[in-house]
Amino acid sequence: MSALATEVCVIGGGLAGASTALHLARRSVPVVLLEKGLAGAQASGVNFGGVRQNGRHLAEVPLAMRSRREIWDNLPALIGVDGEFTVTGHLRLARTEADARVLETFSAEAAKLGLATDMVRGQALRERWPWLSGVPVAGCFCPNDGHANPRLVAPAFARAARAACAEVREGEEASAIERDGAGFRVATRSGLELKARVLVNAAGAWGAGLAARFGEPVTMHTIAPQMIVTEPAPHRVAPVLGIVGGAIYLRQIARGNVIFGGGDGIADTATTRHHVVPDATIDAAAVAHELIPHLRHLMIIRVWTGIEGETDDLIPVIGASRTTPGLFHAFGFSGHGFQLGPMAGKILAELILDGATPSPIAPFAIGRFAPRS
Amino acid sequence: MTQPRVVIVGAGPAGIRAAEVLVHAGLGPVVIDEQPRAGGQIYRRPPPGFVRIPRALYGFDASRAQALHALFDGLLPRIDHRPDTLAWNVWAGAVHTLHDGTLRRQPFDALILAPGAMDLVVPFAGWTLPGVYTLGGAQVALKAQGCAVGRRVAFLGTGPLLTLVAHQYRKAGVEVVGLFETSDARRLRRGAWSLAADPVRLGRGIAYRARLAGRVPVRHGITPLAALGRDAVEGLRWRDSAGAEHEVACDAIAFGYGLKPETQLAELAGARFAFEPADGLWLPVADAAGRVAPRVYLAGDGAGILGARAAEHAGRRAALATLADLGLDDGAAVPPSPAAARRFRDGLRTAFPFPGHLAAGLADDVILCRCEAVTVGALRAAARETGAREINRVKALCRVGMGRCQGRVCGVAAAYVLAAACAMPVGAVGRLRAQAPVKPIPIGACRAP
Repeated sequence: MSALATEVCVIGGGLAGASTALHLARRSVPVVLLEKGLAGAQASGVNFGGVRQNGRHLAEVPLAMRSRREIWDNLPALIGVDGEFTVTGHLRLARTEADARVLETFSAEAAKLGLATDMVRGQALRERWPWLSGVPVAGCFCPNDGHANPRLVAPAFARAARAACAEVREGEEASAIERDGAGFRVATRSGLELKARVLVNAAGAWGAGLAARFGEPVTMHTIAPQMIVTEPAPHRVAPVLGIVGGAIYLRQIARGNVIFGGGDGIADTATTRHHVVPDATIDAAAVAHELIPHLRHLMIIRVWTGIEGETDDLIPVIGASRTTPGLFHAFGFSGHGFQLGPMAGKILAELILDGATPSPIAPFAIGRFAPRS
Repeated sequence: MTQPRVVIVGAGPAGIRAAEVLVHAGLGPVVIDEQPRAGGQIYRRPPPGFVRIPRALYGFDASRAQALHALFDGLLPRIDHRPDTLAWNVWAGAVHTLHDGTLRRQPFDALILAPGAMDLVVPFAGWTLPGVYTLGGAQVALKAQGCAVGRRVAFLGTGPLLTLVAHQYRKAGVEVVGLFETSDARRLRRGAWSLAADPVRLGRGIAYRARLAGRVPVRHGITPLAALGRDAVEGLRWRDSAGAEHEVACDAIAFGYGLKPETQLAELAGARFAFEPADGLWLPVADAAGRVAPRVYLAGDGAGILGARAAEHAGRRAALATLADLGLDDGAAVPPSPAAARRFRDGLRTAFPFPGHLAAGLADDVILCRCEAVTVGALRAAARETGAREINRVKALCRVGMGRCQGRVCGVAAAYVLAAACAMPVGAVGRLRAQAPVKPIPIGACRAP
């Protein structure tokens, strides 16, 4: 049996885990990342690809702004590829006056945090984005948001971590994870044994299960956001679109394909094979051509989904364990972790090495799920 | 008691025979077919208004084709025939269809899939030029509408369809500039021993080839090099078995290396897959009656290529198994599996092996995935630079198989390119997984409930 001693063991090769490993390795910390399948193959690699600060939970806004500056503006330097990151702006739409007030509140509150957005109302929406139907009544536009290709970005984080001398082991599923003296002992199904001083739980949809082993319950369930892509068409829809209530989100990439998400497929945590549900495809497509009428002429060529953990309050768990010294969590991104996940990794590296982070992470503390006595 | 709802997808030889058995048992199945008229690919009927005599359309098989067409027409009052209808998904006990811009959900108690097969191709330089067709496509043009794909056509590839379509084109008055066969004379002779299991079909094949050989160049053991031309096909470059290169002028190329089952619906219905080394393909795992999942049956070439006669048997078998599983067994004996058809298939595999090695030898600049314009080199680079070894992972990294056809055309060749690039056996790189829609559906057909 091979035994390995390291400083940090990261469980999970998605964006949060791979970015943690990358940032630790860049600071010369010995780190081993264990991924049960292929790195970046689950939610990190098969999500919508939105890189947005707009419309987020206000607690996430400062992290998303930092992520935009420190991660996304530096992507090639960080991971060696641009991941097709394109700054197009993000337009969040409202279909009712009540939803428009949601946008206005966000715009005002985000401004206080330093995030600039424009409110656009009524006819001005159609003048600025003439392909919109008459359905939206207002929009909130954040100009420096954009989108990228998760298929390329997520595996590239793991490759960059490896290039920075992190040991990234794919196909290694942890079978035993336990406290061992002042550190941790991890055993995998293939017989690998590992001792580490620090353990990082970046296990995505499986993160709550891992936290529970250390007496830290998190109310989380799995979701399988469903994505749809059309054949390529002339490029008209520049900004990424969202909508209050989240019925769909949509972007058109430079080569012309329109990608949109909406509704849920079915996730299977045991097999990690997930199924798309036809009614969800049909409903999302119906909303897409209701908002952008010219899309009705396009053909849907492919639909996919992936597994993700959604917490009860829809924001992730990021930070140190309350019960176990040396244990850190970053999971439960609730369907919007693509922009944020890499930043969460950087923050964990700061917490592990510096004992503190400049980012306000109190709202993401795992203790918020602890039973109140 | 209400009648169980049995849905058949596909109205070729397998689907028609399955419908016949169900109708005789008193059921009224739904028959969903993508084509406007029943008959399948082999017994495809021309559109209304096109008149050609059956002998000209189907050759030796004319009486068989007519019998099946007549049989199906006789069933029409008792079945719910839905032509021009795409089955784009199987989910939660229902087939999802698209017809005339309208989506519909058709629930079933049992589902018989008879989706048939499509051409098996290996890309080559220039194969995306206008004027390059698959053998099946070239035959459909002739059968359906009496059109040829060109005036001077080169036939390239391997398999019984190569000889048959070349023969049909020559008979229709098209200049066949040559028949370029990747298999060699030694393999053809060896395969003939097993092909003798069906002496009639073997005899026809030999007769067609002999007739062609007297009139057009027939070359064996060749390697295709390139479709030549700037804006359209102007010629074919190939290498003979001794290594010499040749060019032949033509304005169209029809090529193919046999057939591969259309397995996407079976996969969505829950079928498991196993790699079949003799074909170099992943095939759905079915029992002798065609069961691939609870109350889901697979019949005909969609289960593995055995040809039209065997498909008729398989259609009957699947329907009888359906009746038995629904508790409606009428005591009819299940026809035995045609051993001769299997021996004949083994002969085809020996005589006309799928030349997967051609994919390994392609130059980096050859387009592999024509939907997404992914080159062979882009796939190799993705494997080399990322260490990816699994075809779905490689798809995610380089877009191969991500376009309109969802890898139905290039998927097999892509696996061979990847396997060669990684020095792995082709069965070890996996297979592209199917996801609905199996063929494109328009956004405009999607309406809120």
